Amino acid sequence: MTETGSAGEPAHPQRRFADYLENALPKIVLGPTLLCALIFVYGFILWTGWLSFTDSKLLPRYELAGIVQYVTLFQNERWWTALGNLAIFGSLFIGVCLVTGLLLAILLDQRIRGEGFLRAIYMYPMALSFIVTGTAWRWILNPGLGLQNLVRQLGFENFTFEWIVTPGMSIYTVVIAGAWQSTGFVMALFLAGLRGVDDSIIKAAQVDGASPTRIYTSIIIPSLRPVFFSSLIILSHIAIKSFDLVMALTGGGPGFSSDLPATFMYTFAFNRNQIGMGAASAMVMLMTVVAILVPLMYAETRRGHHGR
Amino acid sequence: MGRVLIYALLALFALYYLMPLFVMITTSLKTLDDIRTGNLISLPHEISFAAWVKAWSTACSGVACNGLKGNFLNSVSFVLPAVVISTLIGAFNGYILTMWRFRGSDVLFTLLLIGCFIPFQVVLLPMAQTLGYLGIANSIAGLIFVHVVYGLAFTTLFFRNFYVTVPPDLTKAARIDGAGFFTIFWRIILPLSPAIIVVSVIWQFTQIWNDFLFGVVFSSGDRQPITVALNNLVNTSTGVKEYNVDMAAAIIAGLPTLFVYIVAGKYFLRGLTAGAVKG
Repeated sequence: MTETGSAGEPAHPQRRFADYLENALPKIVLGPTLLCALIFVYGFILWTGWLSFTDSKLLPRYELAGIVQYVTLFQNERWWTALGNLAIFGSLFIGVCLVTGLLLAILLDQRIRGEGFLRAIYMYPMALSFIVTGTAWRWILNPGLGLQNLVRQLGFENFTFEWIVTPGMSIYTVVIAGAWQSTGFVMALFLAGLRGVDDSIIKAAQVDGASPTRIYTSIIIPSLRPVFFSSLIILSHIAIKSFDLVMALTGGGPGFSSDLPATFMYTFAFNRNQIGMGAASAMVMLMTVVAILVPLMYAETRRGHHGR
Repeated sequence: MGRVLIYALLALFALYYLMPLFVMITTSLKTLDDIRTGNLISLPHEISFAAWVKAWSTACSGVACNGLKGNFLNSVSFVLPAVVISTLIGAFNGYILTMWRFRGSDVLFTLLLIGCFIPFQVVLLPMAQTLGYLGIANSIAGLIFVHVVYGLAFTTLFFRNFYVTVPPDLTKAARIDGAGFFTIFWRIILPLSPAIIVVSVIWQFTQIWNDFLFGVVFSSGDRQPITVALNNLVNTSTGVKEYNVDMAAAIIAGLPTLFVYIVAGKYFLRGLTAGAVKG
């Protein structure tokens, strides 16, 4: 439609400028966002990458020093604890959320009275910040007056539950609190998936005399594969980024026994004035995200193309 | 029989999910003596709001003992502008990426989307420097800036995915009639958008209100948002541990997002799933 000017009547310079502006306007409006992404995401990744190859301590320095930060990082016992904890926390957190989320979704999908109400109860923790969740569970799990005390008062006087103050066990309390907060979300995803399953296939299976269990295990659950994938992506993303929950629940303690890479990075970059090492740990986190999410997403999109 | 079992399981899970909220509320209404003599699930002997008053106005976090009220207002004062700005820009971006596509715009969208997935640890150090250069380190303006910049990927995604479903004929006709970029946006697109605006506002509000990482890195002292102040309050150990004050403070910090969840739960869920299908 911008071509009409050149067809018959002589083009007005003003009009041409207005047309040009009209054409460029979308790019101009989109520009700042793209510039932000370019600088504050991609530029900053490069910047952090550069810092990770320097000898920066309290202040950033930009003379390259080779891979010394990565070498010290991977010689650091605390970093290995953080990585080990990420493996423990990540796999348990994801596993518990997936299993409980699927179970709740299947239970809720049985024409339940008050479904909306129950769903709201399972999901409200998602509205809270991890700091609030951590604060609440820290009180519940404290051995002195919390759960342990309650069970003892109920008559089980030798009951002990001191994970939160026990090195090597405190990371499991992070799993408890994290799963409490995130399961409802996974349930909602699965529930949406269950509602999308083709009824006619299920009816056909029922006519053929398949048991309800059989229908679930061989028809419905396999058809939820895409939901498993997206839940897996989201949950692993939450796990790798986990920071607030550990800070509020255990503070990384006792000692540094419940540290995760995110808390390690924060401690070294901002409390211990080890900017170079903080940058190196952040880069390793980024690479972990890439290494886990890229294959998952690739698998999911490939599947999507085959399906259609 | 089977149905009884299903309902029993569902009820059991409901109890489990409600238990922490119940414990938080009852603990916050107890006196310290009551906490020591009772247990986790006992009801308060007499209801006392002293812990709430203290959490709001005199509890100590770090060295200052002014309660959470200042930090609550801090959070309000940067969360609201950041939500409005990021939603507005996101709406324009989504509009452009669907109705005014140009060569390469899909690639640009993908580049933008990747911003949703990076662990923010990887931008913290450069951002701390940059806020310093810009003169907005440790300020409300700095927090608004950071939250807008890293919220744009999400808001753009929401609006783009919504506008993709709008029939293109609607805007084509308007363009033939000579309506321009902004006219179409205000007159045609915006009136279609209330639902997705609510989704975006709720998502951004929850994310930014609940943020801890940016707050703890980019602000200090009395500029800190409520999440950071809550964490400081809980970790400040002067004398007796006042669990009732901790719980009151935690509820205060969680109340705004909980309120939004209760009044607009439907949209909350939609935002979560919209954010979820970003892959």
